[in-house]
Amino acid sequence: MALINVKTKEVQIKIVYYGPGRGGKTTNLEYINRIYREQIKTEMVSLKTQDDRTLFFDFLPFDVGQIKGFDVAIQLYTVPGQVKYNATRRLVLRGVDGIVFVADVQQSQRKKNIESLNQLYENLETYKLDLFNIPLVMQYNKIDLKKSDIPTLSSQMLQKDLNSLLKVPAFEASALNGGNVIPTLKKIISITLASIQEHLF
Amino acid sequence: MLNQSQLDAIDHAIETHLIAAGIDHVIYMEMSGNTIAKHDNGKALLDSTAFAALAAGNFAAVDAMAKLVGESEFSLLFHKGENLSIHFSKVSKDTLLVSMFNKNISLGIVRLKVAETIKEIIRVLGDPDIP
Repeated sequence: MALINVKTKEVQIKIVYYGPGRGGKTTNLEYINRIYREQIKTEMVSLKTQDDRTLFFDFLPFDVGQIKGFDVAIQLYTVPGQVKYNATRRLVLRGVDGIVFVADVQQSQRKKNIESLNQLYENLETYKLDLFNIPLVMQYNKIDLKKSDIPTLSSQMLQKDLNSLLKVPAFEASALNGGNVIPTLKKIISITLASIQEHLF
Repeated sequence: MLNQSQLDAIDHAIETHLIAAGIDHVIYMEMSGNTIAKHDNGKALLDSTAFAALAAGNFAAVDAMAKLVGESEFSLLFHKGENLSIHFSKVSKDTLLVSMFNKNISLGIVRLKVAETIKEIIRVLGDPDIP
């Protein structure tokens, strides 16, 4: 739940990038960190393992200006994607306002995408949140692989697997070179803000 | 959501009990990592946004460990450094009070002052019409 401070006139919003391991969640944040360097007052925090996998979360805060006289601060988090870290994923989801689900377009990852989305549903349930009601954007990442020999899933297939019931906005993206990273971010911010305005202002 | 008079009362409690006692930084925050109130003695700089995110993660991890060993919670955490130490204390189900203090103050004083502050904050949380 977003924190609204009537005294300091601040709104703090938590957006979590969720998805299977090695899908590009951290790469999304690293790209955003590069592009919006001037608006980001602090260093990106990354809690990684020795082999550069996310251990706990990455954290990137930035300001997006004012809404109705309130300064809006967005806090982006990623979760660790590796299967064994579900307890940590659940901890990071606490107080989440909006979610970007980063799916991997590689054909070999099809099952992992679906499993990760199912687990997201279950993890949200522990906080009495419903995946069908929370602001959510799908991102089908690594679309650049379509130019290589690596077998990839079509967007129609991914939509059918992951988004046929949810019916949320979806983007094909390439986090590595920044393709559609910013549109994904803008979309999740706008629908999260809209949802918060509905609830609180 | 806390109203203006509650936030004022929380600020007042932190200033009078903790900052006045010589504690360097105090952050009152939600377990999700959002900061509700932050105070310092004006001498030291701290990236409180990143700090709050890490503190929430840290406390949440320890909380999960408590459950694994059959404890309902570890409501207090303490990290000791050479010059600076950090004291974490759970205030309510969803909030946490973090105090950073230097070697000139004893842990005993900090614990005492934190306990007083928490008592005050709990009173404020329970009463939206606090003066």
